[in-house]
Amino acid sequence: MPMPGLTIAEKILSERSGREARAGAFVVAEVDVLMAHDGNRPLVIDTLGELGFDRPARPERLVLVLDHAVPPPTSVVANIHARMRAFAREHGAHLVEAGDGVCHIVLPERGYVRPGDLVVASDSHTTTIGAVNCFATGMGSSDMALAAAKGAVWFRVPTTLRIVLTGRLGTGVAAKDAAQYLVRRLGLHRCNYRTLEFEGPGIEAMGMDGRFAMANVAVELGAKCGILPGDAVLRVWLERRLIGPLKFVASDPGAVYEESFEFDLGALAPQVARPHSPADVVDVAEVEGISVQTAFIGTCSAGRLEDLRAAAQVLAGRSVARGVRLVVAPGSAEIHLAAVREGIVETLLAAGAALVPPGCGPCAGVSQGVPGDEETVVATSPRNFRGRMGNPKARIFLASPATVAASAVAGAITDPRRYLS
Amino acid sequence: MIISGRVHRVGDDVNTDYIIPARYKSRTEDIASLVPVLFEDLDPTLASRIRPGDLVVAGHNFGMGSSRETAPRLLRAAGVGAVLARSFARIFFRNAVNVGLAVIECDTEAIADGDEVEVDLESGSVRVPAREVAVTAQPLPRLMLDILRAGGIKGYLEAQGRGTGENRV
Repeated sequence: MPMPGLTIAEKILSERSGREARAGAFVVAEVDVLMAHDGNRPLVIDTLGELGFDRPARPERLVLVLDHAVPPPTSVVANIHARMRAFAREHGAHLVEAGDGVCHIVLPERGYVRPGDLVVASDSHTTTIGAVNCFATGMGSSDMALAAAKGAVWFRVPTTLRIVLTGRLGTGVAAKDAAQYLVRRLGLHRCNYRTLEFEGPGIEAMGMDGRFAMANVAVELGAKCGILPGDAVLRVWLERRLIGPLKFVASDPGAVYEESFEFDLGALAPQVARPHSPADVVDVAEVEGISVQTAFIGTCSAGRLEDLRAAAQVLAGRSVARGVRLVVAPGSAEIHLAAVREGIVETLLAAGAALVPPGCGPCAGVSQGVPGDEETVVATSPRNFRGRMGNPKARIFLASPATVAASAVAGAITDPRRYLS
Repeated sequence: MIISGRVHRVGDDVNTDYIIPARYKSRTEDIASLVPVLFEDLDPTLASRIRPGDLVVAGHNFGMGSSRETAPRLLRAAGVGAVLARSFARIFFRNAVNVGLAVIECDTEAIADGDEVEVDLESGSVRVPAREVAVTAQPLPRLMLDILRAGGIKGYLEAQGRGTGENRV
């Protein structure tokens, strides 16, 4: 009897380990791209030295990103940034400067990652990059330092769950809503250790910005990575960012999936996660009217051009309510510039939004946008754990950019469809 | 490898932000100095009750969320001898082994706050001798046991002879 086919994750790990890597096996796989940012302690570059290595094996595959606290809010962070710049210069690694954007947005944007790649990075939301049809996963400083020193790292080959999305998102409903709906349905650990393969008409109908939001949520579901298909949409997006032929990876017919789930996006309402869990998700109708003081749009979940555009659509000709601060952090400098050219930034500013530099700061509570005691926040961030934005006495609701914009205008959580016809 | 200690019980889905809030990242790089704020956003009184050698016992998905290795490093700095959980988030699990923090996956339902628990990492036996509670843990892969025995990946690499290309990591 012939062996069953391979999933995308099994194919990529087979290719990179030089052996057939079926679910459950332990393999040492060569990595194509490594990314380390300024946000975690100890820094990957310091751990490299701590473990006794003096340089990365393939510096041209290493990208250092300054994005978590930019511009530096403290001298501690400023010194970290200086050390990372010096390391990149000394070893010939790539550097993404403070203000250039959020790592998971910038890496694909600048063509650092290709379909079929194995990407490891010092951040859990690295799953986001799987939207370009590659295996991308987060690791801690020691694993990252070892991967940098040796050019390879060990994996237990994950089983794969297939997530089939049908139906088309309605007006005022975004990929971020679909992503939150998946957490509502699957919970925070149902997919632990697994790879998710996303497919179906619901995915095909999404642009790349929405697809990144879907891959981004894989980690909230507990998954090791989330991989999206290679198709014409991805090809067009990549062709202006990458040189050389593109080779997509698809699973074989007869590949073994641990389980398949099908979700219909057609009738989906805007989804809101309540404090303090990304899994406590309800239809927006259940939380409408809860008054908010801070609204935040940005992050690796929903800080892309399509997200800013959706917010601008709601905000056009309207104003942020008295007593509400709307903070917007474009996901990258490229997105910020495109939003300026398209007139989106003018709309946001005219409505009363405050723009802060591209980066992760407000979401992680490490710089800018910290809420006050007893305040309620509605944000497009991926996580709303108590204290997440820097103050454990605040409450954080998670929602799509349109819902956040509508809530900023109304001063209370609001279904954005009320403002869209 | 036998580990025993007094239990601090926590629930399901304890995330790394609850183990160490991100807001402290911009203030210091000295992880040990953050021991007083361990678990601050979960239970502000917990850090002061943890004594060296104590164990943390959790439900499902302990260590979910961010990739910050600060989390297991801080648990170690506080002297936590091991974390037992029904299941672990994958990045935390790897990080914990790398920094020499024993992670034991087992049915933790019957283990209560204040229990004295005894764990045999090799056999997977987990017992509360005073109450005759006994469960069996998911055995750790050999490589992970070896790393834990060496006190973490640093000690393991030193023992293996770094740079020979022969070690298994």
